[in-house]
Amino acid sequence: MHLPDGFLDARTALLSTGAAAAGITLAVRRVKASLTPRQIPLLGLSAAFVFAAQMVNFPVAGGTSGHLIGGVLASILLGPSAAIIVITCVLMVQCLMFADGGLLALGANLFNMAIASVCGGYFIYTILRRLLRGDPLRAAVCAAAFAGWCGTVLASICCAGQLALSGTVSWSLAFPAMANIHMLIGAGEGLATGLIVLAVLKSRPELVAGFAEKPMESRGTVVSYGLLLCLGLAVFVAPFACPWPDGLERVAESLGVSSKAAAPLVTTPLANYTFPAFTSATVATAVAGALGTLIAFIAAYGLARALVPALKSSKADAGKNHV
Amino acid sequence: MQARTTFEGQTWLHRVRAGLKLAVTLAVVLFTVMLPRRPHLAALVPLSFLLIVWLSARPPLRLMLKRLLVAEFFILGLALLTVFNPAAAPLVAAALIKSNLCVIALLLLTWSTPFLEILHVLRRLGLPEVMLSTLALMVRYLPVLREESRRMQRARASRTFSSGRRLAWRSLGNIIGQLFVRSADRAERIYLAMCARGWK
Repeated sequence: MHLPDGFLDARTALLSTGAAAAGITLAVRRVKASLTPRQIPLLGLSAAFVFAAQMVNFPVAGGTSGHLIGGVLASILLGPSAAIIVITCVLMVQCLMFADGGLLALGANLFNMAIASVCGGYFIYTILRRLLRGDPLRAAVCAAAFAGWCGTVLASICCAGQLALSGTVSWSLAFPAMANIHMLIGAGEGLATGLIVLAVLKSRPELVAGFAEKPMESRGTVVSYGLLLCLGLAVFVAPFACPWPDGLERVAESLGVSSKAAAPLVTTPLANYTFPAFTSATVATAVAGALGTLIAFIAAYGLARALVPALKSSKADAGKNHV
Repeated sequence: MQARTTFEGQTWLHRVRAGLKLAVTLAVVLFTVMLPRRPHLAALVPLSFLLIVWLSARPPLRLMLKRLLVAEFFILGLALLTVFNPAAAPLVAAALIKSNLCVIALLLLTWSTPFLEILHVLRRLGLPEVMLSTLALMVRYLPVLREESRRMQRARASRTFSSGRRLAWRSLGNIIGQLFVRSADRAERIYLAMCARGWK
């Protein structure tokens, strides 16, 4: 989902760059405060690891193959602040070294993949892991797989919102297409994330940030990431998904965007095309989304049950697979 | 400090300062993106500029086409979204023109500028130290970890005879998990080596 330049207008690109910059600044500050000098090379090596892991192709049906995106995986292994920096570096190298993803759209790509996906995935992972009782290893695998799926879908929804806000592709086309494709891609991402987290937890659980002890992030940091994520969703997604034009115009105005900008659907030639079917389509999308999420969760739970048999204690397994 | 990593096939474009190239690319992209939402004659301005740069620098056509094709995959995918709505046709045509121009500008930049030079520019722009060191280490160890992952996949391929999809996923998960473990161990060794050389 590396957006190229030319599909986002300058306003959306700048808006998402601002949001991404805020998140990255916060992450840099957190990392500076909490990282020991010993861990500094780990960030660079993890960025190289994510890049190398993206080059491993997983077989998908019919001879095609897909690959990992890795944002949620990084946030599980390193914690959200470090993961934001790692994925930011990966995206920057992809853009400036391989021309993969646009230069002006870099901010949007950073917001979608380095912030929305990482933070959203991390929230879901931590909450779910706390909610699931029983074997901690199984809970972690289930939470990781589900979070991997959610992170991918969340990033694609933000991406669709940015496309719609730019007026390039209408929301009624961009949202279902992006969300549907990424619900499938997310299944692969979730499966891979679960398998990789299981492999690391089995062989070296102490490498996974905050697996044994308390979560590594302070409450304040988690809250500010959450606020940033909500703000992004409010700007990129809510104008299209919610029937609250007044509140949104206020948000847009306070952000320095003209009120006309908050409702770009009206200004595009696609307006007449989308509005009649809006309400029924919204309901249908909501139902489909809920159903998809439920299926993804059940699949993640089934995966965790299949991979981590009940009888095996995770403790006995830990440290066995040293290489 | 100018660290050169490519010596073969250098053109005048390679010798232009990286900061200037980055700024010009950004300006071209910004100009292109701000063009009207329908195909417009003003698109000829960035087009002719890029054409002049391309023809005078002569980048290898095959490499550039390969990278353009990768980007085109996504661009055409996005364009495909709107194919059902004829009203949006000029909109999409404009977006196609714009994004292709931008991709070409970025291709010229990445082809002619080693990442290390861009890193120096980013340092001068005041990117946080932690990101600079992460970027530098990442670029340095990228080929190492790629080779490591290839080696592990080769080892797996030579030991397993059946290739069911289930087994493939399981073992690829293990390989990537193991790759992370090895990356973390390598980071530890790098830290010790840095300390041994007087790093603080």
